[in-house]
Amino acid sequence: MSLYLSIAIIALIFVVIFQIAKASEYVSILKGEENSRKQNNKINGFLMFAFLVLGFIGVYVCNEYLFDKTLLAQPAASVQGEKLDQMLWITLAITGAVFIATQFLLFWFAYKYQEDENRKVFFFAHSTKLELIWTAIPAITLTVLVVFGLRNWFFFTGDAPKNAMVVEVTGKQFGWIFRYSGKDAVFGKKYYKNIDPATNSVGIIWDDKYAQDDILTEQTMYVVKGQPVKLIIGSRDVIHDVGLSHFRLKMDAVPGIPTTMWFTPLYTTKEMREKTGNPNFAYEISCDQMCGNGHYSMKGIVEVVEQDEYDLWMAKQKAQYLVAFPEKDPEAAKAADAEGKVNAAATEAAKAPGAKKDSTAKKATAKM
Amino acid sequence: MSHEAALHTHESHGHDDHGHHEHHDTFLTKYVFSQDHKMIAKQFLITGMVWAVLGGLMSVLFRLQLGYPDASFPWLESILGKWVKGGQITPEAYYALVTTHGTVLVFFVLTAGLSGTFANFLIPLQIGARDMASPFMNMLSYWFFFTASIVMLSSMFVETGPFSGGWTAYPPLSALGDASPGSKSGMDLWIISMALFVVSSLLGGLNYIATILNMRTKGMSMTRLPLTIWALFFTAVLGVLSFPVLLSGLILLIFDRNFGTSFYLSDIFVNGVGALSNEGGSAILYQHLFWFLGHPEVYIILLPAMGMVSEIMSVNSRKPIFGYMAMLGSLFSIAVLAFLVWAHHMFVTGLNPFLGSVFVLLTLLIAVPSAIKVFNWLTTLWRGNIRFTPGMLFSIGFVSLFISGGLTGIWLGNAALDIHLHDTYFVVAHFHIVMGVASMFGMFAGVYHWFPKMYGRYLNNSLGYIHFWVTMAGAYLIFWPMHYEGLAGMPRRYFDFSIWESFKQFAELNKFITIVSMIVFATQILFLINFFYSVFKGRKVTTLNPWESNTLEWTTPINPGHGNWPGEIPEVHRWPYDYGKDGVDYIPQTTPVGENESSH
Repeated sequence: MSLYLSIAIIALIFVVIFQIAKASEYVSILKGEENSRKQNNKINGFLMFAFLVLGFIGVYVCNEYLFDKTLLAQPAASVQGEKLDQMLWITLAITGAVFIATQFLLFWFAYKYQEDENRKVFFFAHSTKLELIWTAIPAITLTVLVVFGLRNWFFFTGDAPKNAMVVEVTGKQFGWIFRYSGKDAVFGKKYYKNIDPATNSVGIIWDDKYAQDDILTEQTMYVVKGQPVKLIIGSRDVIHDVGLSHFRLKMDAVPGIPTTMWFTPLYTTKEMREKTGNPNFAYEISCDQMCGNGHYSMKGIVEVVEQDEYDLWMAKQKAQYLVAFPEKDPEAAKAADAEGKVNAAATEAAKAPGAKKDSTAKKATAKM
Repeated sequence: MSHEAALHTHESHGHDDHGHHEHHDTFLTKYVFSQDHKMIAKQFLITGMVWAVLGGLMSVLFRLQLGYPDASFPWLESILGKWVKGGQITPEAYYALVTTHGTVLVFFVLTAGLSGTFANFLIPLQIGARDMASPFMNMLSYWFFFTASIVMLSSMFVETGPFSGGWTAYPPLSALGDASPGSKSGMDLWIISMALFVVSSLLGGLNYIATILNMRTKGMSMTRLPLTIWALFFTAVLGVLSFPVLLSGLILLIFDRNFGTSFYLSDIFVNGVGALSNEGGSAILYQHLFWFLGHPEVYIILLPAMGMVSEIMSVNSRKPIFGYMAMLGSLFSIAVLAFLVWAHHMFVTGLNPFLGSVFVLLTLLIAVPSAIKVFNWLTTLWRGNIRFTPGMLFSIGFVSLFISGGLTGIWLGNAALDIHLHDTYFVVAHFHIVMGVASMFGMFAGVYHWFPKMYGRYLNNSLGYIHFWVTMAGAYLIFWPMHYEGLAGMPRRYFDFSIWESFKQFAELNKFITIVSMIVFATQILFLINFFYSVFKGRKVTTLNPWESNTLEWTTPINPGHGNWPGEIPEVHRWPYDYGKDGVDYIPQTTPVGENESSH
């Protein structure tokens, strides 16, 4: 009912506006078209000026209202982010100045040079000097921005420091998987046909000697404050994007083509909660590349902690190999031992991974 | 006084009917399968307008979801059925709407609707030709576009819905029906529609180039062409060189989808399906092919608007366009650079950093010709005598939007900033302002300015003023705050932000933007009413040259027939921008150069 009512009201408004506009046409014929044209010209000329003033006021109000909601109102959470913010402010200063100057001139000229019977227009078709000036000035300004930008770009995309910890990030519809290399600090090889969503979500080749201590976690990635982190990014299905807005970085996750990105976190999650005054603050990972109908819900978390806290967390993690094959778990074996089922467990454990080993090894060599 | 000069030139050529085609048109040949460029232009315009309304309506619907994620719309369910289950817009529907909105607005409205309309309408009229080089090809161009439209429309009615992976259609998402329901048969129809569209734009583009190069009237040297024609010329060249690359990319996509090839696919495991056998392809290859069209496409959309704005600004400032040759040079360099910057859409794909740096340099280089154009427009206004026709208002609006959106391009083109702002609302704000709304303003300016020539009647001015001021204010109110959302890292193409601690602070703002977008959409309906009412009932044009303009189209009769000039095609003696020269308000191109006349 209310729908029909609102449609009726909107239609009525349309009719009213249309009738007024139509009537103004007849009025203008009565008053003389030239007169009414001049009058309209004055109104529009004034509106140009009004738009200029109201526009700048609007920009100010908008900034007052929204600035605190942006990331610029809080410190950048990574070394890269600080550099980026600095560059952002410089770019803002330059483009902002050009914005104010050109918009002012545009609307001011429109207002000032509105039609006036007494004005003789200035026949001004070209001026090489002027044209050279406003070719050169933008060119020089942009050169500065390019040089500045490229220095940062090569820093951001350059090699991570030697002491960086490495985390492998894999996107899938619709979530994130993180792999840590375990004690040996080397990732086991993987092959996508080995993927088993339940136990081997990234397709690790279990008989690779580096694979068995690899640790898999979902949704939350732990990193250490002050230590550079290098992410090796991949995807299981479609293109995703690891969006780390607080660290001011992002990188696509492309199936079949690994990408990398590194950054140095500056504040722990706890510190950021204090700095932002938001007890629920979290370093959220947003998927920034359209990846399907669940795109908007593909959220991960980066938990930045101190080294000791990280060590504690790491100590609690179980190697994925043991999750996939619980019978291989020495602790589980101990428990089984106590119950006197040693033989049964041993034979089973020997069977299961062994059978798988052959086929995976073959594929792995084919892939290499 | 205004039209006497024009009438005079007209008569001086006599009425010997030379070259005038006597047609006995049936309804079918006059309005449907017409080969008259003016009718084809109107066909493009009206089809484009239908798509603009549909595309705009789609944006209002998905804005409803963004503004009111928790509200229920039972009335929508009664229209859209399962897409609005229980009154809630579903993610499937949301993404289908976003994708179709993008595709339709970029290709059908701002490519076909803009250059299809004005290239067809203005090229023969402004260069002094009776029609296009090949009127038949021209007709085919429209009907391929029409067929593409029908196919795109039909994709909205398939069981699994239209394509919903974003207008850029990146594989693997667009290649795998199992990854998204929209990538099933909806995507096949999307590709077919786009392929037909490419054919349409090639037929049109080749025709425009051939016509401009070969069919100019006597005296119309290339440097006497109005800037509209130059802009449309470069637009056509861009289209002819880049659209085939999109087509090839789409053909490879068809192969990957249906014939088991692996151009774009490698190492994929789809939930619920398992590992696919494709290996060795590159998903990034598609992006290179797509953006090789995709970036020139931005200028295919923008250049016609720039050309028309230059023309309309000069006419209504009663002053020559400042720096004709500089305008031409900047059009040319924009057209060349358009082909060398595509990878700036791909800074975060893992691109080689050195390659990235080259694209940064070339991308920011585009800002130089763009700045030249802006300064030249400003100087054109300076010390002019400005008449605020609705066309002029929209032209000024265009320049304002082009400045605002162009400046944020300097942010995004610099890879080191793009790495933060890429695919956030900052990008949404940037390209909507600089490409979407600005070009739309150019199109409105063109419609208001040339409507009298198209239909022999005027649009209602008061409605034009309302249309402009509401749309102008609305465009800024909608898109300006989005920059702030982008600076918070808020990603585009999100159905709902309520689970995100980092982005949910914008709920109120999103509501505000939605309300403004509905008002702006309603204002466009007002324009449509004005348009269709005026086609039939508008105030009649009584003078040949209502804007007191120099260009050739105003030397034709008020309602030109097929062939445009009843007598000889007028001869051209000067450039089109002699406004205010030696104290004379305007001197049409057909007026011979006087003995004591100064040169410009």
